[in-house]
Amino acid sequence: MNLHGFVTEFWPSTVDGLVLGSIYALFALGYTMVYGVLKLINFAHSEVFMVGTMAMLGVLNLLDIHRLPGGVELMGALLLCALAAMVASGATALMLELIAYRPLRRRGSSRLAALISAIGMSFALQQIFALFVVGKPGHPRTDPVPFPTLMGHAVMFRLGVAQVTSDDVLVVVTALAMMVALDRLVSTTKLGRGIRAVAQDPETATLMGVNLDRVIMYTFLIGGVMAGVAATLFGVHYAYTQATVGQLPGIKAFTAAVLGGIGNLRGALLGGLTIGLLEFYGSSIFGTQWENPVVFAVLVVVLLFRPTGILGESLTRARV
Amino acid sequence: MTSGRFSRFWATQPLWSKAILVAALFAVLAIVVPSGPVARIMTPQSDWPNVLSEDIGVYTLMAIGLNVVVGQAGMLDLGYVAFYAVGGYSFGILATRDHLDFWLILPIGIVAAAIAGLVLGAPTLRLRGDYLAIVTLGFGLIISQTATNLKFDGGAQGISALPHPPSIDHIKALTYGVIDYKPYWYLVLLGIFVAVWVVRRLERSRVGRAWIAIREDEDVAELMGVPTYRFRLWAFAIGAAVGGAGGVYFAAQANHIDPTLFSYQVSILVVAAVVLGGSGNLFGVILGAFMVAWLPERFRGFDEYRVLVFGIALVVMMIFRPEGVLPSRRRRSEMTEASGQGLSAALVPPDLEADA
Repeated sequence: MNLHGFVTEFWPSTVDGLVLGSIYALFALGYTMVYGVLKLINFAHSEVFMVGTMAMLGVLNLLDIHRLPGGVELMGALLLCALAAMVASGATALMLELIAYRPLRRRGSSRLAALISAIGMSFALQQIFALFVVGKPGHPRTDPVPFPTLMGHAVMFRLGVAQVTSDDVLVVVTALAMMVALDRLVSTTKLGRGIRAVAQDPETATLMGVNLDRVIMYTFLIGGVMAGVAATLFGVHYAYTQATVGQLPGIKAFTAAVLGGIGNLRGALLGGLTIGLLEFYGSSIFGTQWENPVVFAVLVVVLLFRPTGILGESLTRARV
Repeated sequence: MTSGRFSRFWATQPLWSKAILVAALFAVLAIVVPSGPVARIMTPQSDWPNVLSEDIGVYTLMAIGLNVVVGQAGMLDLGYVAFYAVGGYSFGILATRDHLDFWLILPIGIVAAAIAGLVLGAPTLRLRGDYLAIVTLGFGLIISQTATNLKFDGGAQGISALPHPPSIDHIKALTYGVIDYKPYWYLVLLGIFVAVWVVRRLERSRVGRAWIAIREDEDVAELMGVPTYRFRLWAFAIGAAVGGAGGVYFAAQANHIDPTLFSYQVSILVVAAVVLGGSGNLFGVILGAFMVAWLPERFRGFDEYRVLVFGIALVVMMIFRPEGVLPSRRRRSEMTEASGQGLSAALVPPDLEADA
């Protein structure tokens, strides 16, 4: 226990926690949307994120950046990275749905079977990237591959004793903007209405003329694109990738979704930020090695008192 | 199904005949399986009795235990490694610090794991399905980290120079050394037989029927007067106890344990074993455990591709045979008729069912 550490580290932990939490929140959307619609833990979503960071690595290698880009150059590079990551992640998410989930649904398999198939996809994708993309057959590579840094850590303003850098601001603002956009999409558009209808009652939704397969594909696509954005932000801020980069953040992001109330978009934001903050506060009090135990202990406690998460399940009302 | 015919045959046998059959099976598994010719086919590149006693034996025990939780009671536990770790560390600590012997630690480890199951299960089993999965996954993830952080269990270095089970001199089959692994195979085989017997007895009892009722429909079970929470907790504790036994045995035949041996990948592999083999069917899950433990050893030549192939195999299996290689007949009907999950039923329009 080190309460003194908590006090002195409070502002830096808050900033770091919010930055990481925003990434978790975007990442969590893929879990929460798929769960909301299919009642399925999309275990392979962590690999959707991983593919996004790999796409970003590919773009950065192509651009061959040696010095810190400024102004227009930086904007262009960021946009290219984001675009590549969104396309790659979105495509991966769609591929998951088409290969690992849809054939199972057609057969009416249990959700346990879908989870196992997702675990299989997750293993396979990690290995494919370790063996053929960052490594070579004969030399699989699972250690971190560093990125060129895109944004120098220029201090924009101070929060207490913490220095807030431009990339911190970029991450939080982008994440919030994406969340607001998605919230609008789900609550106002026709597609959003379809998604909510399927989440509530797939049978009735079909009878009302909702094209189930299309809605499910869009759900995966949206989750994948959001994971692509999360991957870009992760790459900008942490500047590395690896074949297993999605694993632990993926479990944290899913925890965030559960904590906020799975199937609930605002819950994902709240849960993501909570997990991010908890991680940094927890490690400032108990030491970094206790960061994960603290996060999961809090999850268990919250679920005991609010079994459907902080904000409750809203996309899904049918099942607790 | 062969399993059905076998069950009927088995049920009609008198006790003495069952005893002879079991003894014969034990003898075949103990003598023929670890022998030289079989070894050359099974694992040309590594020591077959070692693979048998370590990987296959341990995974089989754990799959039998997890099958109670996943296959019988229908709860998804992704943190099963926690109980395995409790067993392993019970042996590690009690054997090196208090110099207790294997046969004394075995019951202690089993009870400790069962208590861990109760402690972990009591709060989480009130949650349903997917929440249980994520909480147990989280628990399985932090268990190795917690073991690393704590001091009393050796931290990241783990515990070395573990003693082996006490040997009886002059009897080769009961001399537990480091060169010949066959005695460990006999030991774990005995453990597997006992576990199978206990679990089968439970399955056929009121407890087993309660588990099936819970798995099929929890609300209906509760309405019919089955105290679902208590029986779920029981399943969790019994599963944990078997996992604990696996952990004690594993530590007793290894020279060293450390937190990396209890990573959450172990949980995932055991779940995969149960589901691949045929969740709910004891022989199925044993076959599944065998596949999960043996295939990577057999194809060591393709070392770096084995996880890739394993991943693809999981997907392909789930697409073409989601109920496992040797499905439980009862389970199979549940898995294919999409009952209970209004969702999956709705996702399969009638016209598609025909061509699927």
